[in-house]
Amino acid sequence: MNEARPPLELTIPVRAWDFLAGGDGAARVRQVLQQVGFPPAVIRRVAIATYEAEMNIVIHSQGGELKAQITPAVITIIARDTGPGIPDIDLAMQEGYSTAPREIQEMGFGAGMGLPNIRRCADELAIDSMPGKGTVIKIVIYNR
Amino acid sequence: MGYFHSVRLEEDKCKGCTNCIKHCPTEAIRVREGKARIIQERCIDCGECIRICPNHAKIAVGDGLEALDAYRYRVALPAPAFVSQFAGRADLEHILGALLTLGFDAVYEVALAAEVVARETRRYLDNYRGKKPLISPACPAVVGLIQVRFPSLVEQILPLVTPMDLAARLARREGVRATGLPPEAIGTFFLSPCPAKITAGRQPQEGMAGPDGVIPLAAIYGDIRQRLATAPSCPSRAGASGYGWGHSGGENASIGGRRLLEVDGIHHVIEVLTQIETGDFEDIDYIEAQACPGGCVGGALMVRNPYLARLELRQLTRELPAGRVDLPDPGGSLAMAPVQPRPALLLDADLATALEKMRRLEATQALLPGLDCGSCGSPNCRALAEDIVRGEAQDTDCVFVLRDRVRVLAEEVVELARKLPPSMAQPERGSDNETAGNSGASEFTGPGRGESPGPGG
Ligand SMILES: Nc1ncnc2c1ncn2[C@@H]1O[C@H](COP(=O)(O)OP(=O)(O)OP(=O)(O)O)[C@@H](O)[C@H]1O
Ligand code: SF4
Ligand SMILES: [Mg+2]
Repeated sequence: MNEARPPLELTIPVRAWDFLAGGDGAARVRQVLQQVGFPPAVIRRVAIATYEAEMNIVIHSQGGELKAQITPAVITIIARDTGPGIPDIDLAMQEGYSTAPREIQEMGFGAGMGLPNIRRCADELAIDSMPGKGTVIKIVIYNR
Repeated sequence: MGYFHSVRLEEDKCKGCTNCIKHCPTEAIRVREGKARIIQERCIDCGECIRICPNHAKIAVGDGLEALDAYRYRVALPAPAFVSQFAGRADLEHILGALLTLGFDAVYEVALAAEVVARETRRYLDNYRGKKPLISPACPAVVGLIQVRFPSLVEQILPLVTPMDLAARLARREGVRATGLPPEAIGTFFLSPCPAKITAGRQPQEGMAGPDGVIPLAAIYGDIRQRLATAPSCPSRAGASGYGWGHSGGENASIGGRRLLEVDGIHHVIEVLTQIETGDFEDIDYIEAQACPGGCVGGALMVRNPYLARLELRQLTRELPAGRVDLPDPGGSLAMAPVQPRPALLLDADLATALEKMRRLEATQALLPGLDCGSCGSPNCRALAEDIVRGEAQDTDCVFVLRDRVRVLAEEVVELARKLPPSMAQPERGSDNETAGNSGASEFTGPGRGESPGPGG
């Protein structure tokens, strides 16, 4: 009955290489979903997927933003950055594949599990990437 | 609704400043009509406001010694941190003995129950295969924090009894055996370092009945100090590991082994819980989290400096045996029902309505200045936006929004003042170079900010 209402939209900028703020976007999305009253299992999936997408922007890109569109029935996360893009998406989706440099691995990232994790959490996942231009990841999670 | 809370406000001492609202970890306080108001559903009795209030207007309400009168046999249950307040001034036996001069017939050290709980926790961790880390249930302020702010973590709270509640059970049983009285005639009184334990002691719970009363340490501190010198001796039965629960790290030390992390101070606890929510710390088995700086030695109702209290407690326990080998039989299961979330921050029970409110909240917040100054009586701009959406505040509660409204209004007033009734041809003051007329008002409209005329000049 409330389907006609426009979704709640949150836009959160994500800076490249900012490890102190990295994760704040996902935390904010989680807090909003919690205060609205989504089921914990749905929130958990959204939070994990958002966090991985956010950290990929921090680690692998030149910066971008997260957009969350929230309706009672479905939560859509769009992570968009301005490059360098993913040359081979199928390869990037493989568990354990990572191009993260050593210093990032020493920080505990770069296990090559982020994108596979996102796929596990998402009901729908679309990755659109153009080398040189950037990457757009669209994650859809239904509330059911 | 229906919560008993130990933390209260003494109205006449409250000056309506913003210290407490800004430090409350669950944003449970607002200043309205010049006085702090506690939102009962959100309060977790952590005592942060008691610590921060410069006017000592926040108090903790517990039982007094007169509550002992209702029982024929009264047992004192001193928290492990209790002795830290007197250590160095007398030995353990005389600190415990001083309690016997206050009207108690016996003493049952909560430290002893803590050793039983530590053993049970060790066993539980050995067999646990679920989501890690488990979180200690011992600090009720932390449990409340999780219920209100981290609802997804309630299932990671260790479902075992706390040392306080177990001590009450063991003391009651011992009292019955010693006197032959029925259990109802035995009164068990926890001596509390904090308001959180006062509230926890009063909360009706499934499973194990807690103490019959909770007496704030500060209420008997003076009496005990006075009697230390002449107090009789009362033997201690607990060991160093049980007393260690009184300071940060002691609970973990008494559990032992594994990867156990300790964190103290409620804002540090919040950081750790936030990280657990994002999936960090999965390689940690157990988290000892205490709301107070340094652990219970830093409880809001303690008198001594927390760091000195910790030192004295450590020194005192150095002389004790490590722990009891023949621990008392717990007399039944130590399992507790799982903790439930407290949805106090939910915008609405109906999800679609809550979402709509969140949309308005976000839009409202965008119009506020983002200074988080607290002058509106809400802890920050987002909280004011939330209060507005809940219908409990209005945007003009923000002094900056109000100032802007006043400015617009002032400009309109000036504009109106410039208008002349059509019957009047000339400006009243008749000064020769004034060209004011109906059209003259236009110079005050438009975007000319900055040096616009003050409202009341
Ligand atoms: N936004 C992006 N821009 C450019 N390349 C990316 C982006 N996201 C992922 N990649 C590439 O895909 C690879 C795999 O990503 P994935 O998130 O699965 O693992 P990771 O980030 O390397 O490690 P982990 O997520 O486990 O810390 C990355 O190493 C990187 O080469
Ligand atoms: S840390 Fe100890 S004293 Fe402080 S609130 Fe928790 S139980 Fe009470
Ligand atoms: Mg990644």
